[in-house]
Amino acid sequence: MNTMTEQVLTRYPGAGRDKLIPILQEVQEADGYISKEAVALIGRHLGVPASKIYGVATFYNQFRFTPKGKYHIMVCRGTACHVKGSADILERIERALKITAGETSRDGLFSIEVVACIGACGLAPVICVNGEYHGKLTGDAAEKIVKSYQQREATHGN
Amino acid sequence: MEQMIANGNMIPFEKGETVLTALKRAGIRVPTLCHIDCLPPVGACRICVVEDTATGQLIPSCSFPAAPGLSVATHSVKALKARKTIVELLLANHPDDCLYCDRNLNCDLQKLAEELGVRQRRISGERIAQFVDNSSPAIMRDPEKCILCGKCVRTCEEIQGVSALDFSGRGSKCKISTAFDQSLNLSTCVSCGQCVMACPTGALTERSSLREVMNALQDPKKTVVIQHAPAISVSLAEEFGLPAGSDIMGLMTAALKKIGFKAVFDTSFSADLTIMEEATELVERVTKKGVLPMITSCSPAWIKFAETFYPTVLPHLSTCKSPQQMLGAVIRHYWAGTQGIDKKAVYSVSAMPCTAKKFEAEREEMLVKGAPDIDAVLTTRELAKLIRMYSIELDKLEPAACDLPFGERSSAGKLFGASGGVMEAAIRTAHYLITGRELGNLVVAAVRSGVGLRETALTLNGLTLKAAVVSGLGNARKVLDEVAAGTSPYHFIEIMSCPGGCINGGGQPRGIDRENVKRRLAALYAIDAAATLRVSHKNRAVAELYEKFLGKPGGHTSHELLHTTYQARTDLL
Ligand code: SF4
Ligand code: SF4
Ligand code: SF4
Ligand code: FES
Ligand code: FES
Repeated sequence: MNTMTEQVLTRYPGAGRDKLIPILQEVQEADGYISKEAVALIGRHLGVPASKIYGVATFYNQFRFTPKGKYHIMVCRGTACHVKGSADILERIERALKITAGETSRDGLFSIEVVACIGACGLAPVICVNGEYHGKLTGDAAEKIVKSYQQREATHGN
Repeated sequence: MEQMIANGNMIPFEKGETVLTALKRAGIRVPTLCHIDCLPPVGACRICVVEDTATGQLIPSCSFPAAPGLSVATHSVKALKARKTIVELLLANHPDDCLYCDRNLNCDLQKLAEELGVRQRRISGERIAQFVDNSSPAIMRDPEKCILCGKCVRTCEEIQGVSALDFSGRGSKCKISTAFDQSLNLSTCVSCGQCVMACPTGALTERSSLREVMNALQDPKKTVVIQHAPAISVSLAEEFGLPAGSDIMGLMTAALKKIGFKAVFDTSFSADLTIMEEATELVERVTKKGVLPMITSCSPAWIKFAETFYPTVLPHLSTCKSPQQMLGAVIRHYWAGTQGIDKKAVYSVSAMPCTAKKFEAEREEMLVKGAPDIDAVLTTRELAKLIRMYSIELDKLEPAACDLPFGERSSAGKLFGASGGVMEAAIRTAHYLITGRELGNLVVAAVRSGVGLRETALTLNGLTLKAAVVSGLGNARKVLDEVAAGTSPYHFIEIMSCPGGCINGGGQPRGIDRENVKRRLAALYAIDAAATLRVSHKNRAVAELYEKFLGKPGGHTSHELLHTTYQARTDLL
């Protein structure tokens, strides 16, 4: 996993702080999240303390610090979805899973990510679980979907 | 000097100064929250706004440059209202906890609210419940009391070069956190407490040991003794409203006896002891081609800094324990026996100007046969609380002397309280050990003032020793980079974590106030100038301890009790 980060860093020889965001983006693209090991490597490469990297990374919603769960739930917070109540959808899902956006549940099964428009405005408000879209949601419906995945796990296990 | 106008009067300023600096010189106080005197302004909180009388606009005085023709009103209704609103906004999601808060009656935020006449919660914000981080042996963080002024972040980064903390998140989720929001004990925090000194609220405090000490005092099976550090007698007074730089050694000792400590010892005694051990170690390293430069080891935050950021430098650290630990060790393993007390029954307290001493006391490397040298460490602030708690009125006490045998000290030991002091004490003794003569007038002026790097060299019997002194961990980095690279020109380096040394330690009366620190420093040098015993090697009590118990400096017993080891750390940098 570190080697992924190292590969990214070789593309930025002698880089400074200004390259932090693009590097974080590439590392997340490669690893799926920003690990502590990655931060250590990036910090050494750029001469930036870990607390600063974490600070910058958490300023933007796009970075996650835990691997994605088996079920990765993307909640659209684009304009159309916002107008149709996506804030409520997000809250319901967060509450049902007892994690917040950007986090992964302890059992590693679920993770939530907040995204801007995922291009299905007609179905707003939309969530997307492992590539499967669920549209025209209500809070209750969203919770039901989460429950159905939980149930699927409980019965089939892995 | 140029002139600007404040409240209708001309006031002088130097080119490049801020309005705040000019106002201060003119004796006009404007409150600040996010401003740190010795660092560049950030203008984040805007509590320092004053009204530009020409435009009617509010300008932040801490960051606005003074200019000729500028005219400000510092306490116009507009300025006062703005300040009040800012405080109200800060309080909007602040817990109403003053009565239960470590900072009650000593809180910048509380004081501002009172001064500006905040009498009701006009603005209410959403409160986010957050956990108190009490994972560190030294520092407690209560994020709910944080007003996001950023002082801790800047202190930790710009003064200490540690960067354990930073802002994370955004908007209403913005908070101060370590990397990955780990608890403080897993972070690079070195427990120096400089952020505690800077914090305007109760969000950062020391982890208190008052309760343990009170319980021990009441336990009939325990013999509770206390030692106090060289830098405390010249700072404690401020906690009782006396001017900075007052030396209340005798009153403090009397107060501690009245509280019930069976013996009150002076850590300056073991500073003398440290000098004997450390000078011996230095001579050994120099003559036997040991690892040089040797670096002092009495500042525990510096130790953790080295372990974390400069693990390759660890062989350069003196193996000497700090004076606190040395005294703790001889109290338990020697003094207890002389009193006919079981060494396990001794409860050893230390009063220190330092938060990192709490961390040091808990280090595994400090255990002697499984027993800690020190059971509890109190900061200067906690010591003041203890004195108040026991309803001691300092002004009604007769000064008392410390108990023997660890009450006798040289003023060289007392100088440990200031940056440069260990070096000065060591040079006095090294001079004597190598030449058999005392050093001229004993003053080593080259290392005496300032926080940045100071150097000196002395030639003794044809041997030239180069020495350097630096304080503030950020300042230390350059010196350490040289040591790590093998290019350091020195034989001996003194490093203290806090800028100016222990007189400005993280356990001292709150605030980053250079003037107060200067006064504490002057008090230490005055004590030295007036002292008759000014060199560690003439401390008879130390000599006697060697005769009766330790043998010789650097000997077997010393190594068992007074020396220690270090560990490289792998925290996320
Ligand atoms: S930090 Fe200050 S204002 Fe806040 S509860 Fe403590 S004393 Fe009161
Ligand atoms: S105690 Fe020192 S190292 Fe730790 S966070 Fe505060 S300033 Fe930084
Ligand atoms: S912890 Fe204290 S110093 Fe740090 S931002 Fe909060 S209020 Fe300011
Ligand atoms: S805004 Fe949600 S899909 Fe476009
Ligand atoms: S003190 Fe001037 S903006 Fe904070």
